Amino acid sequence: MSQDLMFLTETVISGLMAGVMYSLVALGFVLIFKASGVFNFAQGVMCLFAALTLVGLMETFDLPGWVAVILTVAVMAGVAWIIEWAVLRHLVNQDPIILFMATIGLAYVLEGVGDLVWGSDVKVLNLGIPQGAWDWGLDNLNLYVEKLEIVAAVTAGLLVAVLAIFFQKTRVGRALRAVADDHQAALSVGISLRSIWVIVWTVAGIVALVAGVMWGSKSGVQFSLSLIALKALPVLILGGFTSVPGAIIGGLIIGVGEKLAEVYVGPFVGGAIENWFAYMLALAFLLFRPQGLFGEKIIERV
Amino acid sequence: MLYRESGQFKTSYPADQAIFPIVQDRWGLIAVLVVAYGVVPFLIDDYWSNAVLLPFLCYAMAALGLNILVGYCGQISLGTGGFMAVGAYAAYKIMTTFPNLDFIPVVLAAGLITAAVGVLFGLPSLRIKGFYLAVATLAAQFFLVWVFNKFGWFYNYNATGQITAPPASVFGTLVTGAHTHPAVTYLFCLSFVALFALVAKNLVRNRVGRSWMAIRDMDIAAEIIGVRPLTTKLSAFAVSSFYVGMAGALYFAVWLGSAEPTEAFGIDQSFLVLFMIIIGGLGSILGSFLGAAFMVLMPILLKNVMVDSLGMAAVTAKHVEILLMGVLIIFFLIVEPHGLARLWQIMKEKLRLWPFPY
Repeated sequence: MSQDLMFLTETVISGLMAGVMYSLVALGFVLIFKASGVFNFAQGVMCLFAALTLVGLMETFDLPGWVAVILTVAVMAGVAWIIEWAVLRHLVNQDPIILFMATIGLAYVLEGVGDLVWGSDVKVLNLGIPQGAWDWGLDNLNLYVEKLEIVAAVTAGLLVAVLAIFFQKTRVGRALRAVADDHQAALSVGISLRSIWVIVWTVAGIVALVAGVMWGSKSGVQFSLSLIALKALPVLILGGFTSVPGAIIGGLIIGVGEKLAEVYVGPFVGGAIENWFAYMLALAFLLFRPQGLFGEKIIERV
Repeated sequence: MLYRESGQFKTSYPADQAIFPIVQDRWGLIAVLVVAYGVVPFLIDDYWSNAVLLPFLCYAMAALGLNILVGYCGQISLGTGGFMAVGAYAAYKIMTTFPNLDFIPVVLAAGLITAAVGVLFGLPSLRIKGFYLAVATLAAQFFLVWVFNKFGWFYNYNATGQITAPPASVFGTLVTGAHTHPAVTYLFCLSFVALFALVAKNLVRNRVGRSWMAIRDMDIAAEIIGVRPLTTKLSAFAVSSFYVGMAGALYFAVWLGSAEPTEAFGIDQSFLVLFMIIIGGLGSILGSFLGAAFMVLMPILLKNVMVDSLGMAAVTAKHVEILLMGVLIIFFLIVEPHGLARLWQIMKEKLRLWPFPY
């Protein structure tokens, strides 16, 4: 392969890998939006909170990684229950924008609690995920790919597979899909909305934990982790708010598009266009398909 | 007993269409204005001006603008910070290019420029709705801040990348720069906000405002009865951005004095103003003021109580403040999703029967 082509491949691959990381965050959004119609702005802070809890548990009590992970999952389930009990229960049937604002409030609360309990300095997360370049690829294909990113991609794939099985095959999963389709019809056949919400927020919490671990291993656990939520938003509108595959493919498109733009367009306009390029890409895309790539077609009646 | 409208008969159409048809409301407003113009300027000092009154007035103006777009026309926007930046940088460029220009036309021109930019970024609203639009307006936020960071022309190629307001005056009295009197800047902002609040109040109760509300309540139905979505949505974006742009100009030039795009006009600004109108009350002019007052005063109050009275460390207090802000926001949304303006309305209804409720 020629040098240019090589460079292009490397850019695309690193874009794909970054995209996987965005998808992980977007996945949590989609789960909650599907099941409760809540646009959960706190998802990014949930990533931060989960990662902070994990690191905090490991450092403070000197626990092995897997115990800390299990405990963190329990904490996230507790958080989900508290959110349902303290917030969502009281806001049933409110306007979507009110619920959206409530999740921003929630983001503040989680951020405040996380900082108060675990402190606000940067922490190193070490779960034994391999770091550095992927040797085999570097030797044989002359490609530079981070090991961590490969782990992230594999984890994301596994996560989506597990979620797909959970949604398709289990009783709870079917209930979740029923709620996503129609709240009232689901209620009328005896599905408890409240427990469904707790479950879906717990699942979103677990997804947040996975995303938090990946991002935390990459760049340390710190406040800026919560800002990746902003990166997941264009992924969401590109893929559609209600589609799990959309979140994955949207993430890949955004990741690749962003990297390509940064490398090939960035130098001409002064660089640092990563911040807004994803939004512009998604915006341009929406003009042609207002419901996103895989979103449900918006049907409106008077 | 005090707030009772029985016996107040309207005998003409103008009387019936008055902004405040009830005499107590009229007197209430006059009392507020008398205090704001006649009492506050004599008591004001630098602390009150810079920490409380100027932020309140600037944010009230921004909240008015955003409320027109979100509360009256139903188009959710998360780009307020970016539009305020447009207003601020427009004001800066005009002030440095024409140093002797009076400050009033500067603010108005900044508003008009922002309105043009707002219409441009409002175009997608014709195709995209709801949260998709909200996320799309984030494109404006990030893009505009990036532009002001990146291109030297906007900050006159100075080394710091900051913009600093040069001295400018209104009818010969300084309102920006280092040598201003707190009472003067306060009165200037107050007059601006009061005037444009009046304009907004009248806008939302005439034909334009009614068409905005028709679009908000259901755009397809509105289209069928003959409201043009194109002109209506874009006019809402234009008017809203005009207000937000003026707010940005006042915020930068009169209150802050100097600003740096990422910090002063970041996404936090957008959320802050959105919180103001939601806590104050969507679709309410009074609500914009109440929300701005709440969001400006609450952090100051929390900080005073925690640091000065309880003796907390500043860092801990900051975390607790964030936490409490979140709790308060959720609490308010649960207790009264329609905001402080609605609470005020409920209170008035209670007052009408007081002290003899049935």
